[in-house]
Amino acid sequence: MITNTDLQYISALARMSLAEEELKPMAEDLSSILDYIAQLQKLDVTDIKPTSHVLPLKNVYRDDSIKPSLTQEKALSFAISKAKGAFKVPQIVDN
Amino acid sequence: MNLNTCTAHELLDLLKQGKTSVGEIFSSLLTAIKTFDGTVNAYVRTARSTEAAPDAKVPIPVSIKDNINIEGWETTCSSKILKNYIAPYDATVIQKLRSAGIPILGHTNMDEFAFGSSTETSCYGPTRNPWDTSCVPGGSSGGSAAAVAAGEAIWALGSDTGGSIRQPAAFCGVVGLKPTYGRVSRYGLIAFASSLDQIGPLTKDVTDSALLMNIIAGHDTMDSTSAEVPVPDYTRALINDCKGLTIGIPKEYFIEGISTEVKEALEGAISVLKNKGARFIEVSLPHTEYAVSTYYIIAPAEASSNLARFDGVRFGLRVQPQKPRKSAIVDMYEETRDRGFGREAKRRVMLGTYVLSSGYYDAYYLRGQKVRTLIRRDFDTAFEHCDAILTPTTPTTAFKIGEKLNDPVSMYLSDIFTISANLSGIPAMSVPCGFSKSGLPIGFQICAKPFAEEMLFRIAYTYEQNTGWHKERPSLKAGGL
Repeated sequence: MITNTDLQYISALARMSLAEEELKPMAEDLSSILDYIAQLQKLDVTDIKPTSHVLPLKNVYRDDSIKPSLTQEKALSFAISKAKGAFKVPQIVDN
Repeated sequence: MNLNTCTAHELLDLLKQGKTSVGEIFSSLLTAIKTFDGTVNAYVRTARSTEAAPDAKVPIPVSIKDNINIEGWETTCSSKILKNYIAPYDATVIQKLRSAGIPILGHTNMDEFAFGSSTETSCYGPTRNPWDTSCVPGGSSGGSAAAVAAGEAIWALGSDTGGSIRQPAAFCGVVGLKPTYGRVSRYGLIAFASSLDQIGPLTKDVTDSALLMNIIAGHDTMDSTSAEVPVPDYTRALINDCKGLTIGIPKEYFIEGISTEVKEALEGAISVLKNKGARFIEVSLPHTEYAVSTYYIIAPAEASSNLARFDGVRFGLRVQPQKPRKSAIVDMYEETRDRGFGREAKRRVMLGTYVLSSGYYDAYYLRGQKVRTLIRRDFDTAFEHCDAILTPTTPTTAFKIGEKLNDPVSMYLSDIFTISANLSGIPAMSVPCGFSKSGLPIGFQICAKPFAEEMLFRIAYTYEQNTGWHKERPSLKAGGL
């Protein structure tokens, strides 16, 4: 069962505040999903290697050469807020 | 003749014979959208005019799911958080379509960030099934499937992470293909779950699917997970014969809860393919019952990581709360994400964050990845005995709008037959194979070994050429709701 404390902890990790009225339905939804996926606990997975992706790819290398790419101007053209050729955000460091 | 309900290959023939023009095709589509989209709601934005080069090879307009970047177009994943984001570049598939001379008709509606099986979680409102407008079209590529079925599109692209092309294809009576993982470049597809996502075609018949795959498939240096496997001419696999082919039927797919009509339609399909030379055997995929659980660990985990980039810093939505809580920047992140994401997106971000968090990683995420290995091995073993595997695409026909929206587990289970193909990376296609008594389409799914899309095309084409389901069109009434 997911508690309000769990929700507060996860939502802080996810950088997503939840309104008071969202907490109860979210706890119920997550609990029902976790109850369902608990079925995996009954499988024996000893010595089974995890699959993180399906292709037999290792490192993919390329030449370190300059190719055409987005210009700074284009990358910033739809910025919410910009200044001096960069994305502008609320103050991060205290004065 | 209604140009908008034709297939792309029929239109190419008409163009060659000088019986129509690209302009006529385009205006017939715009008329259909104007007439029916008030009801169907398949589009979130459309092109006002289109120009195809006079020497274009395939000048047939295509519709694109709203999670594929088109330069200069708003591209939002049908989410409030990306409203006003204008893509500064074309996805690789869009570049390939442009090189073939294919004009872009519009962006189609989808579940927010492709999180859903019904196209009800879009910030633009739900898409409706053209065969019965009280039903969902499936999802998450429901806009693409509904547009093709309704004659509001000739053909379309969608994306499939757990069935998001095949399930809406089955619900809307069109052909939907999820290619092998790595077959089509994901560059410019806004990521949901990077180890599962693939772009693929939704079309009115199998021939159009092969034509579109010829254009979009292939290696791309911009996507390091795209495979360096040569692309065959898929139209050469359109062979009306299944002699010498062995097709497996997995016994685990005939579960309780599968509708009798779906089962009967599948039996009908088996008998058509038998008559054309296919041999059927029973195969076993013993870990099928764990696929949905495995998927709902891995997909939200990857999604929570991919969606971390939507934080109000660069583009889209930014909301600063009125009362300060933590620091100005953290308040901005948290408020933007709270206001920008809908309920299902929040569920998935929370679930993904939880299964990746310290103390739960081994019990959920690592275990999920190990079960993923078992599910892959099931297919490897089965394909030692057969060339392809035939299953229903979905356990039932399209459900009613609103029916499953507040019951996430029940919604997730509508993808029970399609999820395994994403977890194991294999190609799979949904093909129309009949209708329920109430007139809703039914589809079967055919799966093959990695990079064996030609096998899917051959079996699907044989079935289609010996039946007539792909020629059926819904009769929609004009106007809004």
